[in-house]
Amino acid sequence: MAPRTVAPFGPQHPVLPEPIQLKITYEDEKVVDVVPAIGYGHRGIEKACELNEYPKNIYLCERICGICSCIHGISYCEVVERLWPIDVPPRAKYLRTIWSEMSRTHSHLLWLGLLADAFGFESMFMQFWRIREKVLDLLEMTTGQRVTQSISVVGGVRRDIDDEQKKKCIEVLREVRKESEALINVLANDYTVKARTVGKGVLTKEQAIALGCAGPHLRASGVKEDCRMQGLQAYGDLGFEPIVEKDGDCYARTLVRCRELLQAIDLQLEAFSKMPEGEIAVRPKGNPPANEAVYRAEQPRGEVFYYAKGNGTRNLERLRVRTPTYANIPSLLVMLPGCELPDVPVIVLSIDPCISCTER
Amino acid sequence: MGIINTSRIKSPWIMHFDNSSCNGCDIEVLACLTPLYDVERFGIVNMGNPKHADVLVVTGPVNRRTARVLKNLYAQIPDPKMVIAVGTCACSGGVFHNCYNILGGVDKVIPVDVYVPGCAAKPEAIIDGVVLALQKLSKALGVAK
Repeated sequence: MAPRTVAPFGPQHPVLPEPIQLKITYEDEKVVDVVPAIGYGHRGIEKACELNEYPKNIYLCERICGICSCIHGISYCEVVERLWPIDVPPRAKYLRTIWSEMSRTHSHLLWLGLLADAFGFESMFMQFWRIREKVLDLLEMTTGQRVTQSISVVGGVRRDIDDEQKKKCIEVLREVRKESEALINVLANDYTVKARTVGKGVLTKEQAIALGCAGPHLRASGVKEDCRMQGLQAYGDLGFEPIVEKDGDCYARTLVRCRELLQAIDLQLEAFSKMPEGEIAVRPKGNPPANEAVYRAEQPRGEVFYYAKGNGTRNLERLRVRTPTYANIPSLLVMLPGCELPDVPVIVLSIDPCISCTER
Repeated sequence: MGIINTSRIKSPWIMHFDNSSCNGCDIEVLACLTPLYDVERFGIVNMGNPKHADVLVVTGPVNRRTARVLKNLYAQIPDPKMVIAVGTCACSGGVFHNCYNILGGVDKVIPVDVYVPGCAAKPEAIIDGVVLALQKLSKALGVAK
C-alpha cells in the first residue's frame, strides 16, 4: 500500500473564493477520503433576522449570498407576504421574474467562467466574465446596484422598468445570447474541456435522490425537479420546462448550466413581451400576523426554502432558510473518493458551491 | 534594494481572503481582474500563496472561526505588507453588526491600511483602494511613485 498523505484544501484556496476546508487523504495521486469542514462563513443571520424589524430583513437576507442575492430578497418578501396574505400586483410579479432570471444569467456566466478557470482555461474565464459585465450593467441600470440589488419590498418591487430601459434590456440580452452561444459551442465541443469533465465525478440518479441534491446538480443526474415548475410569479404564463441531462458527470452539469443560461435569457425576453401594465407595489397593512408560511424558489444553485413565523409585532418570531449548497455538499463525499487529485477543483466546483449561503 | 522596492510599487501582487462575506465583494474583486477593469495591465496579479503576496485584500466581517485563519495568513505575508479591507462589513461589520458570531471589522484582528466602503464595493472603488495603498507603501519605503 502506498503511503497516505493528508492535504488541506482551503479555507484559503485560489480556486475557491470562499472559505471551506476539505481534508483530502490521498494515495499517490488518488483521492481515498474526504472530510469537509464547514463553519468558516457562519454569521448567525437567522438569529439577527429576529432582532431586526421585518422590512429591514430584506437587506440582511440579500446578504446571505451576494451572487444569488436578488432571489434571496424576493423569496424573503414572498414568504412574509404569505403571512397576511398579500396579493402582489401582476406587473410586480413579472418584474420579480425578470430580475430573478437576470441574476440567474449573471450567476451562470460567473460559474462557467470559474469552471474554465478550475481546469486552467484562462482565456475562456475572461471571455465569460466579459459577457457577464453586460448583464451587470443591465442590473445596475434597472435596479441601481450591480451585486446586491435590494429591489424587492414586502408587497411588490421598489422600481419599475420603463420603455426606454426595456428596449435597451432586450437589445443587450440578444447580444449576450449570441456571444454566449459562441462560447458555449467551444466549451461543449472542445477536446481538452471534454478530457477534463466527461466521466469525472459521476453521480447516478439513485444516488442524487438518496443524498437529497438540488438544482442543476440534481437535473444533471436525470431528475426532472425545478421549483419554477410550481408556476409561481410569472413562470406559469411563460411555458417553463426544466432542463435535464442524464449522465451525471461534470460535463452534464456544465451542459445543464449552459442550456439554463440560454433559457434564462429567453424567459426574460418572453416576460418583457408579456408584461402587463399597472401598479408595482401594494402597501402592507399593520404588522405580520401570528401565522406561519413557507416558500420555495429556484435559485441558480437549486432550491431555496424559506420558513417564517410571525407573532403580530414588527419582528418575526422565527425565520429559517435552507439553501441549495447545503444539500449538495454530501454528494462530494460520493464523487471525490477514487478521483485523481487534479480533478478535485473541477468536481468541487461542479456543484457550484456557495459557502456563504450554506452557513449564513 | 532600489529595484526591488520599485517593483513592489509598480507590480504589487495581491492575495484575496474571504472572512465570512456574502460573496458580493469577492466577485467584485474577481471582476477587477477580468477584461472590463483588467488590473493586470498595471502589473497587479492575484496570488494564491501568502508568501508571494505584497497586498492582502480582505472581504467580509471577521467571525470567531476565521479570526485565527486571518491572523495566520497575515503573519505569513513578508514585510512590507499592506492590508485593504474591502466592503462595509470588512470595515466595520456593517449589516451583520448584531449577528452573534461576528467580531466586527477586520481591524479587530489585524492592522488595516486602507478601508474601501460600499456594499458591495464597486470595482472602481477597489482599484482606487489599491492605488491608495500603493501611495502609502511608496511613502513608507521612500520610493517615488
